[in-house]
Amino acid sequence: MMRYLMPLAIFMVLAVFLLVGLTLNPRQVPSPLIDKPAPKFQLNQLHEPDKIMSSEDNLGKVWMLNVWASWCVACRDEHPLLVQLANSGIIPIYGLNYKDERNTALQWLKRYGDPYAISIVDTDGKVGINYGVYGVPETYVIDKQGIIRHKQIGPVTVDSLEKTILPLIKELQKQA
Amino acid sequence: MMRQFSDVVKVTIFVFVLFSVFPLSTWAKEAIPVAEDPDIEKRMLALTVDLRCLVCQNESIADSRAEFSNDIRREIREQIKDNKTDKEIVQFLVDRYGDFVLYNPPMKPTTILLWFGPAILFAIGLGSLIVYLKRRRLQIEDVSLSQEQLKEAEALLNEDKKGKNV
Repeated sequence: MMRYLMPLAIFMVLAVFLLVGLTLNPRQVPSPLIDKPAPKFQLNQLHEPDKIMSSEDNLGKVWMLNVWASWCVACRDEHPLLVQLANSGIIPIYGLNYKDERNTALQWLKRYGDPYAISIVDTDGKVGINYGVYGVPETYVIDKQGIIRHKQIGPVTVDSLEKTILPLIKELQKQA
Repeated sequence: MMRQFSDVVKVTIFVFVLFSVFPLSTWAKEAIPVAEDPDIEKRMLALTVDLRCLVCQNESIADSRAEFSNDIRREIREQIKDNKTDKEIVQFLVDRYGDFVLYNPPMKPTTILLWFGPAILFAIGLGSLIVYLKRRRLQIEDVSLSQEQLKEAEALLNEDKKGKNV
């Protein structure tokens, strides 16, 4: 009896491992920056190029940093959701305009709506590297102490908003 | 006939002049110089062959032409210029992108299974093979025929031979 059951058992174990493997997404590389201080930056603003925004300006509030570009197709998918979220006033969203051109970026915002409290410009992608950006869009939730609490790789979806991001924001806003 | 010939000459001259005025080589884009400093390039390449491009995950940063890899290569060149050591540069990338950028994962509690899993599996396989072979040998030794059984077998064999000969 054992003789026949053993191969079956081994097969089952293998099958379970492979099945779990199928549900994993190799594109979702966990970020080592979670629960670490958000990398500091001082960047020019998109709308008013001579004004500078610093990451430290946002200390004391929970905020979102959304990495976007006018050349990024998936950004269009999440954009209506971001506009809706910005309009709800739940959380301020800041846009990191990643490796883009100012004029096309401005046009893009005119066309699809501008959910950003401020958009800042990362032309050469240096700040992007500091944030571990490798696939736009990416969205970071940063708490009052300036610590990254969540990173969404790829477009924000209704599902990810309702299940992860919004509950997290609520909790972070309660903290002192 | 003469007229036709002069046409051919005209066309030939035209083509000749055309290609001397617009040499083909100028139509192709000139290669962008790879780097100003070959030493930096050499070190950068040596580092990036062991780093994974996160966009095209089966390519190294050295091989990949993705925008991401371009940026990382530029970043590494700049850091080499700033006299950073290889270790510092790799740590810089691991801090931002995690161990996943490394093709050689470091040894830590979470990667122990990765490092020793194959050896453990091999040991289990070898162990079970030895146990199996030992057991089998014992089984073979157990089966020995009695004198009577041998005689019986011999008789049967002989009978068979006779039968065939007939």
